[in-house]
Parts: sequence; structure tokens; C-alpha cells
Amino acid sequence: MSVDKRLFHRGRTDTYDFHSATPEQWQSNEDIDQYVPTHCCYCGVQCGMYLKVDGGKVVGVEPRYDFPLNQGMLCPKGATAYQTVNHPDRLTSPLMRRGGKGSPLEPVSWDEALDTIARRFREIQAEHGADAVAVYSGSSMTNEKCYLMGKFARVALGTRHCDYNGRLCMSSATGANERSLGIDRASNPVSDTEHADVIFVIGANVGECFPIVTSWLWRARDRGTKLIVADPRQTPIARTADVFLPLRSGTDSALLNAMLCVVIQEGLVDEEFIRQRTTGWEETKALALQYTPERVAKVCGLRPETIIEAARLFGHAKAALIYAARGLEHQSKGVDNGVACANLALATGNFGRPGAGYMTLTGQGNGQGGREMGQKASQLPGERDIEDPEDRAYIASVWGVNEADIPHAGLPATLMIPAMERQEIRACFMICSNPMVSLPDQHTAERALRTLDLFVVCDFFLSETAELADIVLPGNVWAEDEGTSTSLEGRVIKYNKAVDPPSGARLDWDIVCDLARRLGKGEYFPYKGQRDIFEEVRLATKGSKSDYFGITYEKIEEQNGVFWPCPTEDHPGTPRLYEDRFGFPDGLARFNPITYLPPAEEPDEEYPLVLTTGRVIYHYLSGNQTRRTPFLFEMAPCPWVEIHERAAQALGIGDGDWVTVRTRRGEMTAPALVVRSIRPDTIFIPYHYGHQEAVNILTNPVLEPMNKIPEYKVCAAAVVKATEPPAWAAKFDPDLLKAAQRSRHGLPSAGGKVGPRVNG
Amino acid sequence: MAVKRMFLDPSRCIGCRACVAACRECDTHKGQSMIYIDYINRGNTVATSPSLCMHCEQPLAPCAQVCPAQAILVSPDGVVHQADESRCINSRNCVYVCPFGIPKFDTSGNYMRKCNLCYDRASIGKSPMCSSVCPTQAIFYGTYEEFMQAGRGDQGAKPVNVFYFGQQRLRTRNYVVMHEDDDALDLMALAAEASLGAVAQTPPSTLGEESAPWVDADAAGIPERVAPPRPWAPRTAPQAPTTPAPMQPGTPSTAPERVPTAP
Repeated sequence: MSVDKRLFHRGRTDTYDFHSATPEQWQSNEDIDQYVPTHCCYCGVQCGMYLKVDGGKVVGVEPRYDFPLNQGMLCPKGATAYQTVNHPDRLTSPLMRRGGKGSPLEPVSWDEALDTIARRFREIQAEHGADAVAVYSGSSMTNEKCYLMGKFARVALGTRHCDYNGRLCMSSATGANERSLGIDRASNPVSDTEHADVIFVIGANVGECFPIVTSWLWRARDRGTKLIVADPRQTPIARTADVFLPLRSGTDSALLNAMLCVVIQEGLVDEEFIRQRTTGWEETKALALQYTPERVAKVCGLRPETIIEAARLFGHAKAALIYAARGLEHQSKGVDNGVACANLALATGNFGRPGAGYMTLTGQGNGQGGREMGQKASQLPGERDIEDPEDRAYIASVWGVNEADIPHAGLPATLMIPAMERQEIRACFMICSNPMVSLPDQHTAERALRTLDLFVVCDFFLSETAELADIVLPGNVWAEDEGTSTSLEGRVIKYNKAVDPPSGARLDWDIVCDLARRLGKGEYFPYKGQRDIFEEVRLATKGSKSDYFGITYEKIEEQNGVFWPCPTEDHPGTPRLYEDRFGFPDGLARFNPITYLPPAEEPDEEYPLVLTTGRVIYHYLSGNQTRRTPFLFEMAPCPWVEIHERAAQALGIGDGDWVTVRTRRGEMTAPALVVRSIRPDTIFIPYHYGHQEAVNILTNPVLEPMNKIPEYKVCAAAVVKATEPPAWAAKFDPDLLKAAQRSRHGLPSAGGKVGPRVNG
Repeated sequence: MAVKRMFLDPSRCIGCRACVAACRECDTHKGQSMIYIDYINRGNTVATSPSLCMHCEQPLAPCAQVCPAQAILVSPDGVVHQADESRCINSRNCVYVCPFGIPKFDTSGNYMRKCNLCYDRASIGKSPMCSSVCPTQAIFYGTYEEFMQAGRGDQGAKPVNVFYFGQQRLRTRNYVVMHEDDDALDLMALAAEASLGAVAQTPPSTLGEESAPWVDADAAGIPERVAPPRPWAPRTAPQAPTTPAPMQPGTPSTAPERVPTAP
């Protein structure tokens, strides 16, 4: 059946593979010194795995069958995650532009690098005020490090401006959770999937972005659970869904309102639940009734019968579960969309029971923990409000500082960019982030980062962003330190240390603490390791919504993870939220009427198509790690433009042709993948690539008003056939491009010809 | 003891190739993958299907039977191994005879290689790498009873391990998951059907059936909010100040509603 004849074309010299880079045969490492139980470093599912350690090196991976969430399963990223540890691209010395901007990055000693940073930060702060230095952090690192970055910004630097890449990822979900339910966490553990009668997946490409969650979906379907999927593309799970709603990007809140309308009209609301556990229903009900499926179908580009069918299925379910993710959150109404999901679940009484809830699938490894640890512009540890006097006083007591010395709320990450352009922010310390792939409107983002007087990046690979930095500090990968992470279901798990960092690199927490010492604030950072930091995290989150006080490293290992809130040491943790009460003081959930807000850009004559972006399974976030992993790189070496055959035919584009996509921000060229699995009015480009391959050159930097997430998922675009391949195509081995085309059917063959037409 | 088998269920496959990545990590054929994921018709659908050695039981291992050098071992537990490097004489008979197209000839080592069910793992009761990692359990490893107990049979799935190639019947150790009406898979008939119908006969994509043209909210007559966009600025209502955005997150937007009259 298989026609794949590429099997024995071994590793290429231009990419590195831990086992096949050498000319010798791949030797099996049968003598393994140690199997280190840990978790995958990539997405929010945080699968359990063992790392094989031999001779002080991580040499492989072994399934960990005893971890209850994934039971040994791994996606291709997980199966190859270990290959980043000994990767030859690892940074092993601090790099600095000694000759100032424009000079090359050259290796320097740690002392020189850190002293320079401390001196320059002080100078800039003395001249332009404490807030002229910003901290731009990330969520793909341990809770301890996320906590440390917030404290570093507020205590060591004393700046208001501290935010993180979760702003680009799950901030809409946060907004929706906070407005509707009161606790910013998925309502249910993933294992609840099995208990749902209907699962409604909207804006979540579960198969590719949370692969292991798919097994739970399929397991539920074995019990007869019905699956509803809303997505402008046929995703792997949409292919066999019971009801498929291929809506137009950016119309989610209208669709959700229409489903609520049908639920009301057909008497499927749970009146008792609404009366006892919610407020604000009448207003929401009145508005929702104006969104009849017949009218909304026209806006969403759907058939009204399908919307009605989906709503009936959802309304009749004994337990219904909503899975939502970036598809509806990456919009200038991302919070609205999330609230509309919560409205639908609340109206049908779907909370606090097995299999009933609204779960946002958090994308980053520690996307959940990262947003609780006090690295957000407006929060202190434990999701505490930075403007609340009581919260400030408590954290001041934990940190041993004066309450008055804790800065107030600063700019969210997406508003730091214009602030950098205005030179309000003149220096930035960045860790665990690669905005030169991930921010929208890359030209503006690059201009802003280049405006900085001092730009420091801490990373273990030279990312596209680190290339712009004045000083680069080599940090550690996840396998080189212990620490905790909180998965998308709110389960706190623990990474275990497998090996030491390579000579020359240092542990991230150690770098930050050292820098704090050189800034004269060493007394506040006396840690000996991440365990010490975690003890402080427990204290700092004590009594807060995301209470970690009862969680210890030992307990995490005993229980295979602990779900927060966990207020005391004998508390087992809380897998399912809202069983008795919601997260507001009165215990009631809030209905919020959601009026439809159209996408910021609708297609017009000049830009007639809708561009949407997203992930592919082979890459994680900005691809800084996965593009360096040969297996993953070869599977998806460059971006492509998914376009419907009807649109392609009208534009004279054949499968594999180079096409240029233009928006009001810029243009990029990539090969076309002509398919019927996307809406005819929509094109899709994966976002994991940098430089001229970055789709974020094109995306719209308009922000959601509450939480400032950019509208990655909708903008207007025009497509034309390219006259020649882009410059970046020259760096690729043509064989690699051809192989990739075969494996994904339709990836580029340079100068590809028009493929056979299929009739639609 | 009941035999543990592979169950391949293309309806569950998401095409992630985790199996391909993990296969390379096995200690018996490290560095090379012995499993294949193919798009069925990417132009029409994202559907994919895994293929790996089916470990033929009846007739027993055609690849081994046609080997002139007896290089392919069938161990007592029924696992058909790849060619023994020291015996293989490069005849490639196995490659030609396999009805599933699985064995591949390694030109660098001059011998045939294929799946041996991760013999280092399967022989001590562990699950092979591909089925261990498969995120959707489209590749399931276990006994027939274990597979049925997992509940898939209740939804109309039925594992099939009998294949027809014209008159030739073949029973394999591993199963392909089909519909409850199916007792066997006639591959020649399927191939004939596919080549006769060509692409014109492919069923329309589910997406094509469900998607429709659209109009804007005004034309459709649903209430919409007005909030003009500005780059790098939060989308707020028109009367909101145009100076840099308020620092305070948490303020719900209070934009005026435009409620068009019903058509």
C-alpha cells in the first residue's frame, strides 16, 4: 500500500540528527544508565515521558505508560524532544555586540555580559526612569522561572513593564474565564472527556495542537459521544465529526449566539441551574434571541440547518463539553468569543459535573502556570491584582519589600511594541520568547526591537529574536533542571533533571538571580535552586485563587501531579472546578450579553480572501526548537499556503506553485497547497517560521480591548501567482523540498507545474 | 496465551507521524522508520492511513517463503523478522512478493528491512514504539479481546485480518479496522474501483457540503458592535479616547449597539 520509497535516504549533512549525523550506523544504546521520569517540554498537555540518559547525555526517549493523561502516548514532537538537549546549535557562551549596534555578536565572559547588562540597565533607568526597562517573559518554562521573572522585574528592576508571551496565546481565555466563571483555569480535567455525551470543539485543531487529547475524544466516541466541530478548515478531527460547521473565520461569537438562540427557542435551557447558580440571564437571553440561525448562517457562511442540528445536539446532551482554543481567542473579540462559549455552557447547565464544562485548551507548555505566577502586566503571584492594596501588601510581606515599592500595572506585551517605538521603553530583558516569529506585523515589531538602546535575550538557541539582541545569554533546556509546570487541565507536574547544562551555558534561574545580585538586590534572591523558589511560590499563592500552598515536589510525584487549587498539604487537589460554586464572591456565574463584532478586516475588492494562521503538528510555537530537530524539520521545512481548488483555479494557481500573499502589512511568497479541505474564501498559512517565511509579516496587529491579544486568525489578503521563488527557497536542498511535497502532498517543488484538476 | 496484535484504524489516524518518529527510536532498528503514513487523497481530505508489516499468518509469511537464502526468520511467536544481514543475498524477492508493499531494500547495507514489531520490546511484553506513542490509538496493540473491550466494536467498528488479492486469500496477524458489515478486505477490487472511477468519483469533501457564501452582519440583519480598528491599539468604541490605551485590563468594553431592523 505504501509508496514511500524515501526510507533509506539517510540524514542529510545540513541537518543534524543525534544518531545519524555520523557516517557510522546508528548504534542502539542498550546500556542505559538511567531512565529519568519527566514530561514533554512542548505543548500544554505536558505528556509524561522517560528520558534515557547514558554517560551523562540524554540519548533517547521511552514511553511512560504510568502517567494517567497520556499513558505512554507521544506526538512526533514529544518523541523527538530529547534531540534538543545535545544539539550542536546550543549556545554555550554569552554573546555581545562589543562595538555597539551593527557590530557582530561575539563571545564574551559571563562577568562581562552580566556586568554590562547591570550597568546599562542602571544608566538607562537613571536617565529615563525605572520604567524605561521592560521584562518580556514567556510561559514555556517552569512555574518557578515565571515567578522569578515577575519578581525580578518588580523587585530587582523596579519596573512596571513586565509581561509575557501568554499575551499572544491565552489572554483571551483568561478574560473570558474571569468575566464569566471567576477562575482562570479549564473547568475540567481532560479525563472528563470520557463522560461527555456531546463534545463541541470550536477553534481548536485538537488533532495537531493537542494530539494526545485526541485519544480522549476518540475514547469518548467509542462510548457513543457525539462530536461537533467548528473550524474553517477540515481538521483531522473535523473529518469524522457528527456535525461539522466550517464557519468563516472571525464569526465565532455570532455562531455561538445562534446556538444559544436555538437552545432557548427549543426550550433546552436548564432553568433551575440558571436560577440557582448564575446572574444576568435575562439580558443575555434577550440579545441571543436576535441571533436567529437563519440570519447568522449568512454571516458565518454556513447552512442554518447545520447550526440548528448542532445546537439541538448540544442542548439535549446530559453532559456537554466545549473545547475552545486559539481559533476563537486570536481575534480582536477573543474575550467575547470565550464568554459566548461560557454563556452556552451556563444556559444548558453544563458545569460542575463529570463531562460538563467549558475548557480552553492552553497552548504553551506552562501556559496555565505562566499566567498565575505574577509575570503578567496586571498581576502579582497567585493571579493577584497588582492594584489591590491587600494583594500588594501580602506579596510585599512575602518578598520582604515595602508595599509602596511594588510598581503598579504596566504595559501588556503587545503594547510594549508601540512603547518601544515611542522610546518610552528603552531596554528590554527577554526570556523564553521569540516575538520575531510570534508578533503580528513583523515589520513594525522588528523596527521597535531595533529601536531599543539595550536588548538582552536569554535563550538556548539563537532565535530570530536573539539575532537582533545586543547581548545573548545562553540558558538551559528543560531536561537540565528540575521544576514544576502546570498543564492545560490545571495539573501541576514536575520536570526532573536528567543532565547538566553544557559547559558555558547556565541555568536560567541562576542567570536571573546573578543579574539581580549585580543590580544590588541579591538579598531578595537567595535561592539555591528551583526547589527554594517553589517554596516561595507556595507561600505567595497561599489563599489565592490558584492556591499552590498544599503542593510539594514530593506530593506531585506521589500523585502523578496535583490539580490546583490545593490549599493545604493534606488536600488532594481539585481536578474539577465549579462543583458547588463559581469563582466569584457570591459563588454565581455571570452571563454577559455578547454583541457580534465583525473582524477588523473584512475581505474587499483589493484583498478578497480571508487569511487565517495556525500551527502544524510538527512544530511548537515559533519553531525555534522544532525547526532544529531534523525529523520535524524535514516533515514541514517551510510554510505553505493552503487554498481551495476553486479559488486556485480562478487565480490560475496549481498545486505546488509559488504564490505571493499580500495584505495591508506586507507580502510573502510560499508554495500553494491546493485542497478542498478549506473554505473557498479562506487561505491558511502555518506560522512557525521566521524572517521572510513568517506569516506574521501579514497578520493584523489590531488588539482585543480587554486583554490585548492580536487578531492573528483573520485578516484580508490577496493571492497572486509568484513570478519567481522567494529568496529563502535558495537555501533549501531541492530534494528536501520535493520530499516534503511528497509527505504533505503538495508542498513545494520549485517551479512546480499545474497539477491535475479535480472537479469540486 | 492470546496473541497480541496490531489494530490499524485509519478512521482515527490524524496523520501526525508520531509513529514514524517513534519507530526510529526503537532499539532493534534504530535510526530508521519501518512504518508509513500516507495521505489518501490530500486534495480532497486530510484523511491518512498507516501501513506496517501485517505479519502474515496464512499463508505464513510469503516474504520468508520466497527467500532463496532463508534470510527471513519467523520466530515461534509468529513475528516475521527482517532479513538477516549475514544471509540476505539481495534477491529482493521479498520486496516483490509482499502484497502490502512493506519490505524495503536497504541499498547501503544490501539487505531487506521491515517492521519486526519492535522485537526488543514485544518479546518481553512491552508495546511496540508506534502503538505506544500513537496519540489517537489508531495503532492499537493488544489481544483481540482487549481491542473489543476498549469499546470500539459498539460503534460499528470491526477488525478484519482477511484479505483477498483476486483468488488469493491471506490471513494476517495484524488487523485493519473496518465496518461491522465487512468480513474481509478485497484489495484488488478496491484498486479496480479506484482506477476506474479516478478522481472524479471521490466523494465531495465534508467541508464543501457544509460551507456557504457569506454576507456581512448588516446585510444579514444581526446586531453588531462598532469598533473601528487601529494598528497596535485595542479595538474600542468610536467615542473612546484615541490616546494610548487604558492600562487597566478588566474593563469590559461598552460599545454602542447597532441593531438593524429585521429584513
